[in-house]
Amino acid sequence: MIRLAIALLGLVALALVPLFVSEYELGLMIGMATYVALASAWALFSGQTNYISLATVAFYGTGAYTVAVLNESLPYPAVLLCAALIGAGMALLVGLSTLRLSGIYFVIFTFGLAELVRQLITWYEVSITGTLGRYIFLDLTARDIYWQMLALAAVAIGLTAWINRTRLGLALRAIGDDEVVAAHSGIHLARTKLIAFTLSATLITLVGAVASPRWVYVEPLIVFNPTVSFLTVIMALLGGANRLWGPLVGAVPLFLLFEWLSVNFPDTYPIFLGLLFIAVVFVLPNGLLAGLDDLRARFGRRGK
Amino acid sequence: MTTLVLGLVLGGTYALLALGLTLQYGIARIMNLAYGEVTLLAAFGLVFLFQTAGLPPLVAIILIAPAGYLTGWLLYTFMMRPLVQRAGGKPGKLEVDSILATFGLLFVLQGIMLVLFGANFTSISYLDQGINVLGVSVALNRLIAFGICLVAGVGLIVLLHWSRWGLILRAVALTPGSAPLVGIDVNKVSRQGFALGTALAAVGGASIAMYQTFSANDGVIFTMKALIIVIMGGVGNVAGALAAGFALGLVETFVATTFDPGLTLAATFAIFLAVLIWRPQGLFGRRS
Repeated sequence: MIRLAIALLGLVALALVPLFVSEYELGLMIGMATYVALASAWALFSGQTNYISLATVAFYGTGAYTVAVLNESLPYPAVLLCAALIGAGMALLVGLSTLRLSGIYFVIFTFGLAELVRQLITWYEVSITGTLGRYIFLDLTARDIYWQMLALAAVAIGLTAWINRTRLGLALRAIGDDEVVAAHSGIHLARTKLIAFTLSATLITLVGAVASPRWVYVEPLIVFNPTVSFLTVIMALLGGANRLWGPLVGAVPLFLLFEWLSVNFPDTYPIFLGLLFIAVVFVLPNGLLAGLDDLRARFGRRGK
Repeated sequence: MTTLVLGLVLGGTYALLALGLTLQYGIARIMNLAYGEVTLLAAFGLVFLFQTAGLPPLVAIILIAPAGYLTGWLLYTFMMRPLVQRAGGKPGKLEVDSILATFGLLFVLQGIMLVLFGANFTSISYLDQGINVLGVSVALNRLIAFGICLVAGVGLIVLLHWSRWGLILRAVALTPGSAPLVGIDVNKVSRQGFALGTALAAVGGASIAMYQTFSANDGVIFTMKALIIVIMGGVGNVAGALAAGFALGLVETFVATTFDPGLTLAATFAIFLAVLIWRPQGLFGRRS
C-alpha cells in the first residue's frame, strides 16, 4: 500500500513538472517518458519469458505511421484506437505464427520484422499512392504529448505490476524458468505467450502513435529507425528486465547518455552504444537492480 | 529462362552465406545476429583492396577468406567463449546470451562501417561484360561469383562428409555432450566451426561485392536471408541449406522481375511464414 502511494505521488510530481521547466527540458522529459514506456512494455513480455523481441521499432513505427496516415480524416482518439488495433493485429499475426515454436523462430522473425514493414510501406507509398513521407498536423502541445506519454508509461508499469500478481504473471515466469515444466503443470504455453506479447506490442504501438506529432514530417526511414529497438532492449536489460522498476532504472540514465552521445559524437555514437550493450550482457546479465541486491547480500554477510 | 539463370546465380551466394551461418549455429551453438555485418565488412574490404591497392578481386578473396577465419577465431575466443562457459551447458541460456551479445556486436560493426565508408551505396565495376549462358546474357562477374560459391560450397560438403575433421565437426553438431567421451575437444571444435562460418561469410560478402551494389545498412537483410535459408534447409543440414539457398534466389529473382524489386524481402518473409506453418523442422529436416 505504501509502495503504491509512493508510486502515485511520484506520478503526480512528474505530471506537474511541465509547469516549471523550459521547452528544451520538456523535450528531454518526453524522450525519457517515451523510453520508460517502451522499455517497460517490452519487459512485460520479453523480460518475464526470455523471448527476446527485436521488433520494438516495427510496432513503434507502425503506430507513428498510422497517425500520419489517419490524422486528417479521423478525430485523435479514434486514430489512437486504430493504431492500437493495428498493433494488436500485427502482434497476433507474428505471435500465432512463431510463438507455438521454440524461441529462436520468434527472435528471427522479430529481427527482420521492422525492415519488412518499412519496405512494405515504402513500396506501397511509392508505387500505389505515389508519395513518400506525410505530414502530421495535430493541435497538440508538447505538454499534452508529455502527459499522454507519462500516462502510457504509468499504464505499462501498472499493467506489469498487476499481471505479476495474477495467474498470467505466474505462468509467464514459469515459462521463462523452464518451458517444459510449465507445460507439464498445465499452462497453455502458446496462449499465455500470445496474450502477453499482444499486450506488450499494443502498448509499444501506442507509444509510437503518441510520440509521432513531435516529428511533424514522417517517412518510413525516420520512424523505423533500428536504434529504437536497440535502445529499448539495452535499457530494460541494464535495469533488469524481469524487475518491475528495472526498465525505468535503465531507461533514465541511458536516455540521457544517448542524448549526450548523439549531440557530441553524432557519427560514432552507435559504436559506443554497441560496446555498452555488450558490456551490459557480460557484466550485468541480470541488470542493475539484481546487481545491487547481490552487493547488499555480500556486504550484509560481511557485517556479521 | 532469364529468371532461372539469374536466380540460380543469386541463390549460389545466398547458399554460401547460409552455409556459414548453419555452421556457426549448428556446431558452435551461437546464434549470430551480426552475421550480415561480417559479410558486409568483407564486401567493403574487397572494394577497398580493389580501389586503393589495385588488387584484382579474385586475389583479394584469397586474402579475405583467411582474414575471415581469423576474425571468427578471435570473436569466438574473446566474446563467445565466456558466454559458453557462463551458460554451463544450458542451451537456452547460451541462446539468449549469444543473441543479445551479437545484437550489440551488430551495432558496433555497423557503426564502424558507417564511419569508415559512409551510408552510400557502393559498387565496383569489374568484368561486367555479358556472357551467353543458355541464351541468357549474364555478366561475367556474376558467373565468377557463382563459381566461387559453388567451389566453396561443394568443397565444404566434401570436407564435412569425407574427412576426419569433418567427422569431428559433425559429431559436435550432433551431440556436444557426448563428443568429449570420444576424445573431442568441444571448445576447440566449436571455435573452428565458428571461424569457418565467419570465413564463409567473408567469401560470400566478397563475392556479393563483385556484382551487386550494397550499403552499410544492408547487414540485417543479409542476416535475415541467411537465417531463413538455414531454417528452410533444416538447422545444421548442409545440403538442405544449399538447396534452400537456390530456391530463395529463384523466388526472389522471380518476384523482382514479375512484381517489384521492393517486394523481395516480403517474398522472403512469405516463404519463412509458410515454412514455419507447414514444416518448422525445415523442408529437408526430420521431425524431432
